[in-house]
Amino acid sequence: MFKSSSKKQLSGGDMRLASGGRINRDKPLTFTFDGKTYGGYEGDTLASALIANGVHLVGRSFKYHRPRGIMTAGSEEPNALIRLGEGAKIEPNIRATQIELYPNLKSESQNRWPSLNFDLGAVNSIVARMLPAAFYYKTFMWPASMWMTYEHFIRKAAGLGKAATDHNDPDRYEKTNAHTDVLVVGGGASGLMAALSAGRAGARVILADEQNEFGGWLLSESDTTLDGNAADQWIADAVAELEAMENVTMLKRTTVFGYMDHNYLTMMERVTDHLGETPKHMPRQRMWKIRAKHVVLAQGTHERPMVFGGNDRPGVMLSSAVRSYITRYGVAPGRRAVVVTNNDDAYRTALALVDAGVYLRAIVDMRPAPATPLVSEAMRRGINVYTSHALVEAEGTRHVGRAKVARINPKDGSITGDAFYLDCDLVAMSAGFTPIVNLHSQARGKLDWDDQQLCFRPSTYHEAAQCVGASNGIFDLADAMSDGAKAGADAATAAGFKADQAATPKVDAPGQDYRPLALWKVVSDANPGAGPKAFIDFQNDVTSSDIKLAVREGYHSVEHVKRYTTNGMATDQGKTSNINALGIIADELDDKIPNVGTTTFRMPYTPASFGGIAGREIKGLFDPIRATRMDQWHHDHGATFEHVGQWMRAWYYPQAGESMDDAVQREVKAARTTAGLLDASTLGKIDIRGKDAAEFLNRVYTNAWLKLPVGRCRYGLMLKDDGMVMDDGVTSRLGENHFHMTTTTGGAAGVLDWLEEWHQTEWPELEVYMTSVTEQWSVSTLSGPNAKKIMNKLGCSVPLDDDNFPFMSFKDATLAGLPVRIFRISFTGELSYEINTPARLGLALWKNIMAAGEEFGITPYGTEAMHVLRAEKGFIIVGQETDGSVTPQDLGMDWIVSKKKDDYIGKRASERASMALDNRKQLVGLVTENPKDIIPEGAHAVLDPNQPMPMEMLGQVTSSYYSPNLGKSIAMALLKGGHKMMGETVYFPMINGAAPIKATITDTAFYDPKGEKING
Amino acid sequence: MLNISCPFCGEREELEFSCGGEAHIARPLAENSITDAEFADYLFLRDNTKGVFLERWRHAAGCRRWFNMVRDTVSHEIIEIYPMGELPKSKEGIAAYEACWRRDTAAEAAAKPKKSSAKPSAKKGK
Repeated sequence: MFKSSSKKQLSGGDMRLASGGRINRDKPLTFTFDGKTYGGYEGDTLASALIANGVHLVGRSFKYHRPRGIMTAGSEEPNALIRLGEGAKIEPNIRATQIELYPNLKSESQNRWPSLNFDLGAVNSIVARMLPAAFYYKTFMWPASMWMTYEHFIRKAAGLGKAATDHNDPDRYEKTNAHTDVLVVGGGASGLMAALSAGRAGARVILADEQNEFGGWLLSESDTTLDGNAADQWIADAVAELEAMENVTMLKRTTVFGYMDHNYLTMMERVTDHLGETPKHMPRQRMWKIRAKHVVLAQGTHERPMVFGGNDRPGVMLSSAVRSYITRYGVAPGRRAVVVTNNDDAYRTALALVDAGVYLRAIVDMRPAPATPLVSEAMRRGINVYTSHALVEAEGTRHVGRAKVARINPKDGSITGDAFYLDCDLVAMSAGFTPIVNLHSQARGKLDWDDQQLCFRPSTYHEAAQCVGASNGIFDLADAMSDGAKAGADAATAAGFKADQAATPKVDAPGQDYRPLALWKVVSDANPGAGPKAFIDFQNDVTSSDIKLAVREGYHSVEHVKRYTTNGMATDQGKTSNINALGIIADELDDKIPNVGTTTFRMPYTPASFGGIAGREIKGLFDPIRATRMDQWHHDHGATFEHVGQWMRAWYYPQAGESMDDAVQREVKAARTTAGLLDASTLGKIDIRGKDAAEFLNRVYTNAWLKLPVGRCRYGLMLKDDGMVMDDGVTSRLGENHFHMTTTTGGAAGVLDWLEEWHQTEWPELEVYMTSVTEQWSVSTLSGPNAKKIMNKLGCSVPLDDDNFPFMSFKDATLAGLPVRIFRISFTGELSYEINTPARLGLALWKNIMAAGEEFGITPYGTEAMHVLRAEKGFIIVGQETDGSVTPQDLGMDWIVSKKKDDYIGKRASERASMALDNRKQLVGLVTENPKDIIPEGAHAVLDPNQPMPMEMLGQVTSSYYSPNLGKSIAMALLKGGHKMMGETVYFPMINGAAPIKATITDTAFYDPKGEKING
Repeated sequence: MLNISCPFCGEREELEFSCGGEAHIARPLAENSITDAEFADYLFLRDNTKGVFLERWRHAAGCRRWFNMVRDTVSHEIIEIYPMGELPKSKEGIAAYEACWRRDTAAEAAAKPKKSSAKPSAKKGK
């Protein structure tokens, strides 16, 4: 019943059946695999189209580079991992069984060199005796320093596909959030029933299915009718009814990949992957973040591979997959087939093969005397059935060529008769079914062993969820559908709806015994350890011998075996391998599977793209950038910028031909000789009000605040309750119960949180309100001997003489006709005005100041010059001179710590005995012997540079600059007992072998130590 | 991700909140004399309970208000949410509060003003 061998090469493949399947034969497509062009149909997967063209060899295995074919028809595919697409759109490791065919699809095999047919890495297979479980751990463990070298080659030799080398992914990805009453995962028979029950009750339902159409395994069964019609008719009706419901969202091509606490689930919708081209208005993928009141898990089952020698050869497939290719895709996976099984289900595959015209050599059944309707039907139709027989080895090179079969004792798997051979190019294998409990397990649901059906079934739930149908261990179709209907109704009821269980259709399907033979031993006629490889985990190349070896070496916990052998790891997560591995471990330990236990399934169920997870939060949208109102001016005047928290601050303004050093030196010099202007808008600003505002400040700062007069400013230091410096800034009293606090740029948000925490949790009785006003003000800081002249020229509305407007006070005024609040505070030590204006006027004010200052030599300066200027004065920067282990006393700032206050944050901790030790690191100044030597920040000080290693280190340099105003290098350092070392000499050994830098310990106030410049 | 019911805003995702660690740690007043070792109970020691735990949370990306939570750190069940300054009312919360080793420490006693005339100072979450 194959299509007559057609003359047109690209007809959809020689192995295409003449009729049947859900493909659209009116829409032929061409695609390439490893550079060769093939034909297929709309509705094909890449896997079904390749098989239709007789291509089974599609990749090389992870470790041994063995030839591998397509084993499954679904997302559990461990072998057929494909590199899909071109250029920047290349995506590696995509399952061929999940790639929907689109016009001109381009695909490549992976992990082979130089070619798929001739792969040099396959030498690993020949030397496989030397590559047992944990070979890498055992071999490359010494010397440890070589691991980095080994790892490079190991990663090259053993691995999956290569990612795109062009990193500019042109596609767009979206994220969305949804709340729902009932989330149904899986749109097969039981999932559709659950959605019908809940949807009819009016509950908000989301039904998600990973495939391109709803229906699940029903789409692959030709021997089943529902209410007297073909199964796909019932599916179409159910889907149509659900799609018509406004309260139901139907999502195809959507994989629920994560299940987290409180019924929070993530899913990836592949919106346009199946189109090949992404339309401009659509994202490629969309990640959904769902909060569901109830979850119905209808994930279905995975069939288990049979473990025998050569079970990984191309042409050896899961029985249910063979049936799916015939029924759903109209493709014969072979011409001469052998079915090998330990259960009834494979008989349905055998009958489907016969109906499709495939020559069925035999059914090899390990069971001694199966007597079920399906077995009788097979016999009635003249199929060769070998009971009490097993497949010993699938032989062949790049494709299975014959099956070696022998009579066995079904009790212990021993061979009792002579082996014989069956020529074949297809082996359909079935070792039973495993309910898919991955999401249930992710959500910390528990499992019970079912020793009849030989599988783990969900037992107790941690979240509001219910597994239904096959994923609940209920394999009979009618029972599974009513299980789904009940769970859907229960979920809707629990969500507050009046729900009835949807009526189950009348199911007519072959009667089936769902109890496989319990025989985990690998049937082999070879000496122990010498037989052909029998694979458990195909993706990770783990064989039955690896598992046995691990157990013999003492790994008895299943979690240890997993990690030692890598069974069930990586993207596959043991979908097809877990139970087979457990069976073998239990056999080796002479124990029962439930006593061996299970491993935990991890996210994601199948791989989710980073693109989808990142969504639009990439590049400029990854982290917001904050810019001041004067930002464009800085750009226009050639500033370079630096990150300060999320802010971008002007760093320095290089003029033509200037290096950074040149620019900074010029700016620093100008601020002390003429005038400098700094954009200080980024400083944190907090508005504090309330009748207890002064008392509150008194508790959070180390110094006294109650008596600060209105109109005056005061510098304050905040400690953590462990006594360590946390932030500093100037706070001004705007009114009796109203303060304006400034913080460091980077510390603004943290300080506001800190104040709120203390107010809300420790002192709720204080009436005080805090509001961030950082972005409400633009701040231009004018500094230098000419500052007052510029202010006068700008027409400042208040007198600027020191009596009316002294240092550490502020005035509300107008300047250049703009409303301003001027603070006479100084971070440079020069006469300085911090001019605040409503944010939107910031740029206008800045430009006015620059224009007025031109004749007085005004120079804009950036953050680097600001750092040098304050270092010349010995002013600290929190986070540079402090690191969370520095007290005010360590900084030599005892003057700011009140001795009179009963309490403030950090007071008790400051009184700890250890805080008074002489050898604490203390802040000192350093002047180098050679004034041109600049000590690198972070350099460590020693007393004797010639002492043997390891040297006794005194502490480290925190700030270091060349001071143009002093004409010499200056630095600050935290040195053990530094305050008592004034005048002593220390050395800073250099890592590059250069001579140690010699420096003298001094006070930190390098410039104008008496503060005579502050009034201009 | 936890689904947390902010007492001021209602149900929100955990990512809007930040956890402030153990609740009901009374802060010793500096004027009360306790030893450094006793003070360390307050300053450094934090419980890492497996099971029912009383902790402080803040709706950081919302109303910025603090509140207390009784949470099972194993099951992640949120048993009770109650305002700052109050004690838990749930059976599990009361039991966890009373069983806490802090209840009879010098640090907790030192959170109360010595002089009866002085203004009482509230404790964290109490």
